[in-house]
Amino acid sequence: MPTRVLVPSGVLGLGFDRAALARGVAARPDIIAIDGGSTDSGPFSLGEGVSKYSRAATKSEWRQLMKARAEAGVPLVLGTAGTCGSDATVDWMVAITRELAKELGQTVKVAKLYSSQPREAIATALRDGRITPLEAAPEVSPAVVLEMTNIVALAGAEQVQAALATGADIVICGRTTDTATIAALPLARGDHAGGAWHGAKIAECGALCSTNPTSGVILVDFDETGFTVEPLAASARCTPHSVSAHMLYENTDPFVLYEPGGRLDVRGAAYRALDERRVRVEGSQWIPGPYTVKLEGARIAGYQTTILAILRNGHYVAHAREWVAKLSTYLEGEIASRMELKPGDYHLDFRLIGLDSALGVLENRQGLPAEVGVLGIVTAETQESAAEIGKLINPFVLHYPLTEDEELPTFSFPYSPATTDRGALYEFALNHVLALDDPMAAFRLEVEEIGHAELV
Amino acid sequence: MPNSSKSSLSEKVLKVRSKNAGPFWVTIDIFCGSKPAFEEVSAKLSTERVAALYKAPLQTIKRFDIADLNVVKFSLPRPVVQGSREDRDMHGAGLAVLLEEAVLD
Repeated sequence: MPTRVLVPSGVLGLGFDRAALARGVAARPDIIAIDGGSTDSGPFSLGEGVSKYSRAATKSEWRQLMKARAEAGVPLVLGTAGTCGSDATVDWMVAITRELAKELGQTVKVAKLYSSQPREAIATALRDGRITPLEAAPEVSPAVVLEMTNIVALAGAEQVQAALATGADIVICGRTTDTATIAALPLARGDHAGGAWHGAKIAECGALCSTNPTSGVILVDFDETGFTVEPLAASARCTPHSVSAHMLYENTDPFVLYEPGGRLDVRGAAYRALDERRVRVEGSQWIPGPYTVKLEGARIAGYQTTILAILRNGHYVAHAREWVAKLSTYLEGEIASRMELKPGDYHLDFRLIGLDSALGVLENRQGLPAEVGVLGIVTAETQESAAEIGKLINPFVLHYPLTEDEELPTFSFPYSPATTDRGALYEFALNHVLALDDPMAAFRLEVEEIGHAELV
Repeated sequence: MPNSSKSSLSEKVLKVRSKNAGPFWVTIDIFCGSKPAFEEVSAKLSTERVAALYKAPLQTIKRFDIADLNVVKFSLPRPVVQGSREDRDMHGAGLAVLLEEAVLD
């Protein structure tokens, strides 16, 4: 059965063209699907279980989408709520939904799909051999698993379909794959499986597959042989090139995409312009495989304090590396004698902004900048220890001389206090898949009625 | 568009883009912009050269020469895991510059 999916943008919180959204609602979609997640800003969101986007931006956009849902009378599905899709961020999103339902006078049935994994269950699965590393996975042991602050499994189409089958008006998902919320309904209605996953991949970043990437809104028509994609902003067009090039984006392999229960292979896909704006795609293949879900986990790798000084004196700029090397050796001694910490107990790294701070050992250009920023990053076992080291090194970062017989130099500090406590340093600790006998075995589904009526 | 003199890659192609492909991989797309530019880059830019630029073991690099898109794409394990203590570039976007500035012989 043909299925029309409206995708308002690549991620909730980044904005979309409101006129285009209205055009999408007028086109009578069968479902509105948007993603809320990404690992792209780093491990902090998953580590802490918080959204990277502001509550204000998230709420204002969700308000528009809840209004669009009420007008269209179709389900609204959010994938990977609150950036990381932990149980905490699903509940954060449900709280926002509850406030909005009250403000908009809506009563809605909300399905909550939870993706967080108990540490003990994952440690057991690892011992039982049900967890397999992907390429370039970090070393993991049951002990390491038990140290993680949050572990999530990426839900696929089956779990989103189960949530939709509850008859919910709004589905708020924990971690899902980027494509699952878009592919779920077309697959449930028997549309072409290769087309469903391929179309979902093309649409998952919203209008990034068009000539106007920031316009957001995309409409995808799925059917029994493939899919047709159309951008809804007046200025945007989809071309065979803009659509097929999107398979390159954030993908190690532009032709094969692994999903729970199989893989998409687009090597046989043909992209054809239907007109100026729309592209038709057929020939992509879905190859069923074992049912596995990808895991993501984060753990604390220490606590950090930073310090930033700027060298502007020409002699110090020219000898910045030498200065940092001598300073580092000196500080190692100071930290050892005053705090009784050996180099292995903490980590102190100076990044030279202006020389190689972005590329490190890969930098292959040389030159003399006007100034050099010296960013000191202390990592220690506790925040107190990192902060103490930061305070201990502060006067030397301010005054350390290149040579013994010179007058004490003083460098520029941009703020006071000179040190900043960053809190926990999280690291991604899983790049593995978990085998499941039943797709729902690692996920929880809850349904509740919320909104205007419950307050009366 | 293609230039036979010894100009940097960024002068020969439309765009070089690098981006994380998950926390453990980075992927670099060279949008050549024309058939001749694609053919030149595809022929002259060896995987060995890319391995040397990124100090990565040759066998870890995946290479795709996509004539339909005039794109040459490389994927490799991130030099350090995204967000780890040693990371310097959270989105991996700065890594493209090494190829942008590379001169093809």
